[in-house]
Amino acid sequence: MSTRTPARKYITANEAVACAARLARVEVIAAYPITPQTTIVEKLASFIARGEMDADFIKVESEHSALTACMGARMAGVRAFTSTSSQGLEYMHEMLAYVSGGRYPLVLVNVCRSVALPWSIWGDQQDAIQQRDTGWIQIFTETGQEAMDMVLQAYRIAEDHRILLPVMICLDGFIQSHTEELVEIPDQESVDSFLPPYDPVVTLDVDNPHTISMGGFGKHYAAWRREQQAAAEKAGEVIVEVGDEFARVFGRHYGGLIEPYRCEGAEAVILLMGALTGTAREVVDEMRADGQAVGLIKVRAFRPFPVQSLRQALSLVKAAAVLDRDCSWGYGGALATDLKAALYSLPNPPAMLNFIGGLGGADVSPEQMKYMLDKALAAKKGAPSSMEFIDL
Amino acid sequence: MSQNMHVEEVRWHGRGGQGAVLGASILGSAAALYEGRYATSFPSFGAERRGAPVQAFTRIADRAIRTRSQIYHPTKVIVLDDTLFGVVDITAGIPAGASVLVNTSKSVPELSLPASIKVVTLDASAIAREIIGVAIVNTTMLGALAGATALVSLDAVKRAIADALPEKVAKRNIAAAEAAYEKVR
Repeated sequence: MSTRTPARKYITANEAVACAARLARVEVIAAYPITPQTTIVEKLASFIARGEMDADFIKVESEHSALTACMGARMAGVRAFTSTSSQGLEYMHEMLAYVSGGRYPLVLVNVCRSVALPWSIWGDQQDAIQQRDTGWIQIFTETGQEAMDMVLQAYRIAEDHRILLPVMICLDGFIQSHTEELVEIPDQESVDSFLPPYDPVVTLDVDNPHTISMGGFGKHYAAWRREQQAAAEKAGEVIVEVGDEFARVFGRHYGGLIEPYRCEGAEAVILLMGALTGTAREVVDEMRADGQAVGLIKVRAFRPFPVQSLRQALSLVKAAAVLDRDCSWGYGGALATDLKAALYSLPNPPAMLNFIGGLGGADVSPEQMKYMLDKALAAKKGAPSSMEFIDL
Repeated sequence: MSQNMHVEEVRWHGRGGQGAVLGASILGSAAALYEGRYATSFPSFGAERRGAPVQAFTRIADRAIRTRSQIYHPTKVIVLDDTLFGVVDITAGIPAGASVLVNTSKSVPELSLPASIKVVTLDASAIAREIIGVAIVNTTMLGALAGATALVSLDAVKRAIADALPEKVAKRNIAAAEAAYEKVR
């Protein structure tokens, strides 16, 4: 562990993420600087203006162009960063697949917010969930500290030559992005020792020409995609490895792909992603104090989906309450439906109760969390899965 | 265990432009950075317009605050503008024994708040106008909060104000906080 004392700051998760991009020695930032942009790039622009960060800030005319500019920087062998939110992420959609298919190890922070229509600028996770199949590694975070730490880890994961895939770090709009809390800012030297300079496999180089952004047909296309799938699966191991290495340097560990909390002997567990995990921890503690056998599982990696960890964690549980701040319309919450698929063939799987909540910025109270866990406690194994909107 | 942890929950009422959000932030940083406690602060997540009623929130506790839900039962309420009475429900969700701190030139009985609530009033606008030069009262009310309750010390408030504002402005704001502290003590 580092012997230096980190700076403690009272800041929002947005500011923590900006500090992380600076500490990662990002050289290119491209962003569309108006709504629905976040204060992350505003902070980065001020770091650069004050001479506290040596990077080029490229102001572009759209999020689509922002991601394209970052991809260009990556082609040139430069570490790049962008952040966005809501409609901005939706507008990046085409280029998200381009970046992952091209195996450019970019890091993007998405401040999770709802998408239109109805018009709403408030928090839920629909924007990120709608990018599930674009080939990005997606990691959801709970606090400002975790968001910051995961940006640093994301570059290690993305740039690992076994992986070479882009990483999207997700934080929850407002309840995390705009909430101030204590965050430890590591010193530059420790970060440099953890995160060495980007070592690209191929770069744009006139003296050593390569074909990049190539075409591919039939079998060649499939072979390329099969390698991408293998890398995405391998990313599960690398996320755990990098998390362990981060803990050795900085003393903070977040538990890998999932973090089970008080699941010993639990009959019912709540599963969720993001900042609401904090509220759920309080509720689980209270219910445990009342002698109720409940626990929670924080799902950190959504892609790659932690199939084995979840099968293991849920094999003995009677019922799972899954909170989704999103929905795959016509099926159900994305976490719940993916979880059901992951548990297929498990002998005697838990009953599955899907709760759709916290949509469009609706508050999820401790009472609502308790309601979900109470329902799960009352559920019987083998019961058909259910779905319920809790905001109404 | 969470039920054994006492969390102070502060709700700020103001109008857009009066500094409720910054006040909530300075209070949180005073407790977290200068009193060894934990805090979170956040604005009410609504559209913000100058002059429109706004709310902001601060939580303070002796261990890390994990909950991300809204504050429904504040133990302290700070009202930056007495024209909000009748416009928004200042007493919504307030439990018995909570404290309400109001910037007003009115007397406590004139505000007709329930007897179960501890009410402290002061004319923070007059103090701010005189010492800061403008009637932005967030820092003045923080001084009053330190004087009227044990939630935070004046010293921590002063240090957090110094962090939040440019030096010259901070000096005047600290002086206003000190004046309010003496007034309500």
